[in-house]
Amino acid sequence: MHGRLKVKTSEEQAEAKRLEREQKLKLYQSATRAVFQKRQAGELDESVLELTSQILGANPDFATLWNCRREVLQQLEAQKSPEELATLVKAELGFLESCLRVNPKSYGTWHHRCWLLGRLPEPNWARELELCARFLEVDERNFHCWDYRRFVAAQAAVPPAEELAFTDSLITRNFSNYSSWHYRSCLLPQLHPQPDSGPRGRLPEDVLLKELELVQNAFFTDPNDQSAWFYHRWLLGRGDLWLCLPTADPQDALHCLHVSRDEACLTVSFSRPLLVGSRTETLLLMVDESPLIVEWRTPDGRHQPSHIWLCDLPTTFLNDQLPQHTFRVIWTAGNAQKECVIFKDCQEGWCRDSATDEQLFRCELSLEKSTVLQSELKSCKELQELEPENKWCLLTIILLMRALDPLLYEKETLQYFETLKAVDPMRAAYLDDLRSKFLLENSVLRMEYAEVRVLHLAHKDLTVLCHLEQLLLVTHLDLSHNHLRALPPALAALRCLEVLQASDNVIESLDGVTNLPRLQELSLSNNCLQQPAALQPLASCPRLLHLNLQGNPLCQAVGILEHLAQLLPSVSSILT
Amino acid sequence: MADNLPSEFDVIVIGTGLPESIIAAACSRSGQRVLHVDSRSYYGGNWASFSFSGLLSWLKEYQENSDIVNESPVWQEQILENEEAIALSRKDKTIQHVEVFCYASQDLHEDVEEAGALQKNHASVTSTNSMEAADSACLPTEDKSLNTVSCEMPAEQIPSSDPESALVVNDAEVTGEKENHCDDKICVPSTSEEETSENVPPAEDTAEQPKKNRITYSQIIKEGRRFNIDLVSKLLYSRGLLIDLLIKSNVSRYAEFKNVTRILAFREGRVEQVPCSRADVFNSKQLTMVEKRMLMKFLTFCMEYEEHPDDYKAYEEMTFSEYLKTQKLTPNLQYFVLHSIAMISETASSTIDGLKATQNFLRCLGRYGNTPFLFPLYGQGELPQCFCRMCAVFGGIYCLRHLVQCLVVDKESGKCKAIIDQFGQRIISKHFLVEDSYFSENTCSHVQYRQISRAVLITDRSVLKTDSDQQISILTVPAEEPGSFAVRVIELCSSTMTCMKGTYLVHLTCTSSKTAREDLEPVVQKLFTPYTEMEIENEEVEKPRLLWALYFNMRDSSDISRNCYNDLPSNVYVCSGPDCGLGNDNAVKQAETLFQQICPNEDFCPPPPNPEDIVLDGDSLQPEASESSATQEVNLEPPKESANLGNPEEPSE
Repeated sequence: MHGRLKVKTSEEQAEAKRLEREQKLKLYQSATRAVFQKRQAGELDESVLELTSQILGANPDFATLWNCRREVLQQLEAQKSPEELATLVKAELGFLESCLRVNPKSYGTWHHRCWLLGRLPEPNWARELELCARFLEVDERNFHCWDYRRFVAAQAAVPPAEELAFTDSLITRNFSNYSSWHYRSCLLPQLHPQPDSGPRGRLPEDVLLKELELVQNAFFTDPNDQSAWFYHRWLLGRGDLWLCLPTADPQDALHCLHVSRDEACLTVSFSRPLLVGSRTETLLLMVDESPLIVEWRTPDGRHQPSHIWLCDLPTTFLNDQLPQHTFRVIWTAGNAQKECVIFKDCQEGWCRDSATDEQLFRCELSLEKSTVLQSELKSCKELQELEPENKWCLLTIILLMRALDPLLYEKETLQYFETLKAVDPMRAAYLDDLRSKFLLENSVLRMEYAEVRVLHLAHKDLTVLCHLEQLLLVTHLDLSHNHLRALPPALAALRCLEVLQASDNVIESLDGVTNLPRLQELSLSNNCLQQPAALQPLASCPRLLHLNLQGNPLCQAVGILEHLAQLLPSVSSILT
Repeated sequence: MADNLPSEFDVIVIGTGLPESIIAAACSRSGQRVLHVDSRSYYGGNWASFSFSGLLSWLKEYQENSDIVNESPVWQEQILENEEAIALSRKDKTIQHVEVFCYASQDLHEDVEEAGALQKNHASVTSTNSMEAADSACLPTEDKSLNTVSCEMPAEQIPSSDPESALVVNDAEVTGEKENHCDDKICVPSTSEEETSENVPPAEDTAEQPKKNRITYSQIIKEGRRFNIDLVSKLLYSRGLLIDLLIKSNVSRYAEFKNVTRILAFREGRVEQVPCSRADVFNSKQLTMVEKRMLMKFLTFCMEYEEHPDDYKAYEEMTFSEYLKTQKLTPNLQYFVLHSIAMISETASSTIDGLKATQNFLRCLGRYGNTPFLFPLYGQGELPQCFCRMCAVFGGIYCLRHLVQCLVVDKESGKCKAIIDQFGQRIISKHFLVEDSYFSENTCSHVQYRQISRAVLITDRSVLKTDSDQQISILTVPAEEPGSFAVRVIELCSSTMTCMKGTYLVHLTCTSSKTAREDLEPVVQKLFTPYTEMEIENEEVEKPRLLWALYFNMRDSSDISRNCYNDLPSNVYVCSGPDCGLGNDNAVKQAETLFQQICPNEDFCPPPPNPEDIVLDGDSLQPEASESSATQEVNLEPPKESANLGNPEEPSE
């Protein structure tokens, strides 16, 4: 038609494009070859800079070439005058910026910039901050740039308040910004150092409340955005406020001391896993106020950090006729000690902290803190009413209830767990484990109050066992009718355990039932034990007399009784 | 120059408003020979933007226009036996009830008597007068406190059926010549001066304004070229048809845009910001946590309401405002959604209308920024010119100030075959596009037009102050009584290149129920206060002050069926003037429909080819083709000088 422009067909365009690409590829390959040849020949001069810049300009992710450039720059540093070097550095900075425009998320480029700035005698940090701000304006979640900004801010000693204001401005624009929230969590403790509580100090009340309000705004606006919830969790977990072990106790403490006359053995339980060197003086034992050299070991015999450490006592101490003996253990590294007395007619003696719930599984709440938590709980419940299916909200409610009063809220917590599992089936197993942990903690707390040595954990839908180190003194443990798959190695901490009921689970391994000095009766009926070999650990329990294996697959094996008699000669009654 | 126009075209477009310009561009782009004429001296017709002086001469022109006596038509001699003529109108009758008020001080002179007269004349001032009087008593120079000047002339009550005489033009320039006897020093306590200077935006204009916030009328005149005052006040929806078209056709490169920065609401006598984006909701201080969730939840639902029919089907019969009451929304939020987000009528709009409007708003959100709207820098009047430029690039020929006297219709075929212009030249064409205002009364005697009420205000500060003084805001004031309509307020800051620094340009628009001033003045009074030289205490709570105001009614010729016009040949197409709506979808839809009628099966404004892909090997091509690609270079500077609108050049020779 009249006046119409003639244009190339799409085939012609495609062909032109293909030729162009082919040409590009040739250039790229030949330049790469040239660089590698020069590098091998040790010709690290400006021509290498030129060649590598051609390639890196198109593909900044070629890490080897950045290395190459660094080698060249290091060489040139020695050869050039300061003026020449300054020009070189200026060119390099400009080149880096052009590479960042090609790919703002190139590891190599940001790293090279870090390296370069770190070597400059007078780096212009203000310009670098400006650069970061510009890149974060384009993509506020570019964590490469955030990393670099933190590097620059640290080097330039930018006041934390300024950086905090910077995170403010980015969060205002788009609060879905992990890096920005994270940076706050680094800056706030710097801005508000708390002299009394060491490196993990709490935030002052007013700051905490302000931050909580900010983050609440975020999760009320968009409860499905994770970044805000993570920050919320950090805020609540800050300092002594966190909701579970082991952060609760910053100081290592001796939790329990137990002496048994029969086994001629002394057991110590710590508040966290520690490594005790054998025969060293980190853990001193004083018997009747005079030091005694002993050899410390863990229940499973492996030399690694453990809650529980024990040692054999010379029988002379235990068989004499003195009315009492006093044992004192001193943890020199942690400045902690504990003492217990064994009287003449007693089989054992112990001393344990009359552990209240606060110290055990969470931190003592000041009145203000618990008010904060209460109001957080209130707003989360409000949100949950509006968003009954929001998993982050449900989980936060559970954690808040635990922090406030685990026993009071137990029933409610369990209901929330049910809802949460229904809305988030992908994480059902994780939630089951978490629930098991909380239930176990609650049981331990109840036991503490009652000062008993019998623990019933039957019919609780447990999937894992934890905090077993708390059960050093327990003699009877009922774990039946749960969903346990194993009796874990940590079970070896139950030094006083006499009766263990673990029937009606799905147990496949018994690694933890090892070296239990007092275990007499073990019920494992209706579990999933496949091979007699799985029972091997039981052989190390010297007093085991009764073993119930009914309803396990291994009972079907031919000649099982003989096999077991051979494996466990000292067990008098085995039910299969 | 005009007498040697080619005598034959494919398409002749009369009028340079937005729809006409889009069609001209589309036709030219698909290879039609286009002649685009406008009898006015500027581009855009009622879509134009003017500098301040340009606007004043526009007002004057209306006055003169109405004086034109119908000359006896010379062209009738040219009409042959087998032809008929459809005469076109020589004067524009689309603007009525023009009223101008000037409040800014006249070059530091004061006229106390004028101010006194004002109290009698101008209703809007009386409400604030008592307070001002009280305040002025505290000041030492009491007699100099009021110097607001009104240049209003008594508006004669003339039935609007006679638009010519109903046009009341109060030429503002007259007031500048008023005699003044008082001296020009104004005593202001130094403390309040500091206060004022704090309110002045940082750095930007302090240098230019040694007199702080006080803008005089002569300053406005002097800086008049900084103004680009739109006759129609519209915004572009970020995902509206116009944006799509601008991008698709590559016309966007001729224009620059700014995102509207905030949506405002006027409630209980207060202006407040409406949180509508995720970031807004997050940052909002006025919403409670629970409200934040409610609002976000409802908006998220609206985004994809079609997928949840159960949630709204039962409410389809009721109005959107009734529906909102059934949702989990506080009255606060209901107001925001109804008036500021959906922007629909409380009484007349159905649930589905509301959901659709809300959805549209939300879909546009975040494409270019935190609000769904864009504003073209230098004013809405840029847009028709951008399309004209594209038309010219592809060979279209432009003539401004070019009057078309009549359309020539072939009696036998009943089709239009030519136009006769002011010089008596007969120009043949296949298709004729005529903008509504060009038709004579004979042609549109049966057409029922609606009216748009417009006000243009120059003020000294924003209706809602924030840290930044560069805000572009849209505010909807709902209809107060049944029968009246919601008023749309768009406030532009100086960085939109539509007003001088230190001032704001405010556009008010609504569907008319009375004259523009009657429709809009109540809202103006609520939001603004007339300018006085006196410093008022409590400046923080003070409303923005009016420096200058213009009211007028514009004919709304949109949505009028072609059948309403008398005796139109089938190849004469009617383009409407601006509609009252906020977006430009109407104009684009109309342009596309008409284009499809003219060029069936042709692509509507496809992207221009990449220059590299244009085949230019001359020998194999016919001369026209190479010529047309050459025109591309030649015609590259079509109309752009919006500042020159008072005295525009004609781009194509």
